[in-house]
Amino acid sequence: MTTEEQLTMPIEVGQLIGRVEQYKQEGYRLVQIGCTKIGEVYEINYSFDKDFVFRNLRITVNGDTEVPSISGMYWGAFVYENEMHDLFGIQVRGMNIDFKGNFIRTSIKFPFGAAIPKGEQP
Amino acid sequence: MAFFEMAKTALRTVLSRPATIRYPAEPAKKTLLTRGHVTIDESRCISCGTCQRKCPAQAILLNKEEKTWQMDRLRCVVCNSCVDTCPVKCLFMDTQYTAPTVTRGVEIVTITYVKPVKAADKGETQG
Amino acid sequence: MTKQIIIPFGPQHPVLPEPIHLDLVLEDEMVVEAIPSIGYIHRGFEKLVEKREFTEYVYVAERTCGICSFIHGLTYCQGIEEIMQVEVPERALFLRTIWSEYSRLHSHLLWLGLFADSFGFENLFMNAWRIRERILDVMEQTTGGRVIQGSCKIGGVRRDISGEKLGQMSKDLDSIGQELEELTNVFLRDASIKHRLKNVGVLSRDDAYSLGAVGPTARGSGVSLDMRKTGYAAYGKLNLETVAENDGDCYARCVVRCRELFTSIDLIQQAVRKIPDGPIDVKVTGAPDGEYFTRSEQPRGELVHYLKGNGTKFLVRSRIRTPTLTNIPPLVKMLQGCELADVPVIVLSIDPCISCTER
Repeated sequence: MTTEEQLTMPIEVGQLIGRVEQYKQEGYRLVQIGCTKIGEVYEINYSFDKDFVFRNLRITVNGDTEVPSISGMYWGAFVYENEMHDLFGIQVRGMNIDFKGNFIRTSIKFPFGAAIPKGEQP
Repeated sequence: MAFFEMAKTALRTVLSRPATIRYPAEPAKKTLLTRGHVTIDESRCISCGTCQRKCPAQAILLNKEEKTWQMDRLRCVVCNSCVDTCPVKCLFMDTQYTAPTVTRGVEIVTITYVKPVKAADKGETQG
Repeated sequence: MTKQIIIPFGPQHPVLPEPIHLDLVLEDEMVVEAIPSIGYIHRGFEKLVEKREFTEYVYVAERTCGICSFIHGLTYCQGIEEIMQVEVPERALFLRTIWSEYSRLHSHLLWLGLFADSFGFENLFMNAWRIRERILDVMEQTTGGRVIQGSCKIGGVRRDISGEKLGQMSKDLDSIGQELEELTNVFLRDASIKHRLKNVGVLSRDDAYSLGAVGPTARGSGVSLDMRKTGYAAYGKLNLETVAENDGDCYARCVVRCRELFTSIDLIQQAVRKIPDGPIDVKVTGAPDGEYFTRSEQPRGELVHYLKGNGTKFLVRSRIRTPTLTNIPPLVKMLQGCELADVPVIVLSIDPCISCTER
């Protein structure tokens, strides 16, 4: 089975826009933006691909950091950023289409974020 | 531009047998491998609890003191996981689909397995 | 001064297989803007992964979607196998490829039927689904389930297909291929269908690449992206041609899917000829520790599973990014400037599988 090479680069929040701009110039397309909650911090992965070469940028934030939006460069990123906001409660600044929490309608706000009370039944 | 492309197919299907089955008047299509519902042979179950642990829908409940094996038919997703992992192979997959019901309930089966008594005059064999 | 009115499209609509909501801003029957909104089928799969062991989660991952279920299970198993560095036997890889291609055949036939229904041609809808029944029968005879197969497991596959059954499947495919020729002939050459589809919902090549379109939505606009070229499962050993068209309208996307039907039949015939003998699974012990992004090609595009484990039986995170989620921005772009009567045709032409999107 082929194992494709996957490079993950952890960067700071401030460097995010610069790096994404660089990828856009080189012709990479955005694959996904995903968020993982580990303990109290959130790891956000930005994945890019060009000709089946996979690159990944990772930033680590806690619940109240404001993440800048990359929808200036990738117009289609609003889907992932709204979903991240609706499910995890991460504030994203400057989205081009901002649904203000109405993209995914759930009965509990931020179901995957820190607002879950402990002791819920599975 | 093409004309009457569909007319041939339409005419042919009008004149041949219907492609549908009048279920439930006629029985549903089944194959040898169809996953219908899970049945248990209660005289072989050793109450190990593997099926309860492996069930992804948490549909099986085993009560070791009362010796009952209980399954909620409406939660079961017929994935075949319990059948595959049972160590004594007492669970079987039947090809008939579960009949529709109007009430929720669980099916309780009493386990009638009796552990065979080891012959006492064999000497050095451990239990 | 034209007045703007807002019309809600969905969640209940006869043309949609699954509920999605679009708010259409109209000026005199021309759509100016479309605002999507999802969340009707959110079941919280990503939270469930923390409560089910990683070996059992295959069954949950398969039930994310009813149309493309086999490939979800396959991608998940591949991800775990890569993290744990498990070497799957070759026969299992070929069997997985054969079932994936059958899954693609049935999904494209389902889409062709719904597409015909969306412009009112119900006879064609029923004929496409009649051919689809033959594919589902084969799936049931080899795995036990028509829609949810349940035959992938970590380390291989659960069931084997005998050599004579494979020969029989190959002969059946020849007759299915002939029926498909007649069916695609109607789709591609009928005058009234062409009139509904040509120059409707145009997506340019640059837009398709930069907005993140994948699958037949991108291939219909000239962006030749096909994850099967990376060679996962047994695709590295099979001869595969990517199908792409250049026009970017609904007709081009229909042509891409019709031609992919024949590519799938060809791939299955090749796999049946080349399949080796051997075991179908390996025993797997231990727990996954690490992370990996797995990508594969669903009938709708590129599927990404991100899996992260920390050495226990429960995974830390499983993120599924389905192709329909990334095809929503191109849909919003395509809907700007079209007529109200063309909206169902355009929404269906990206093949929305909303239960995958909102897992």
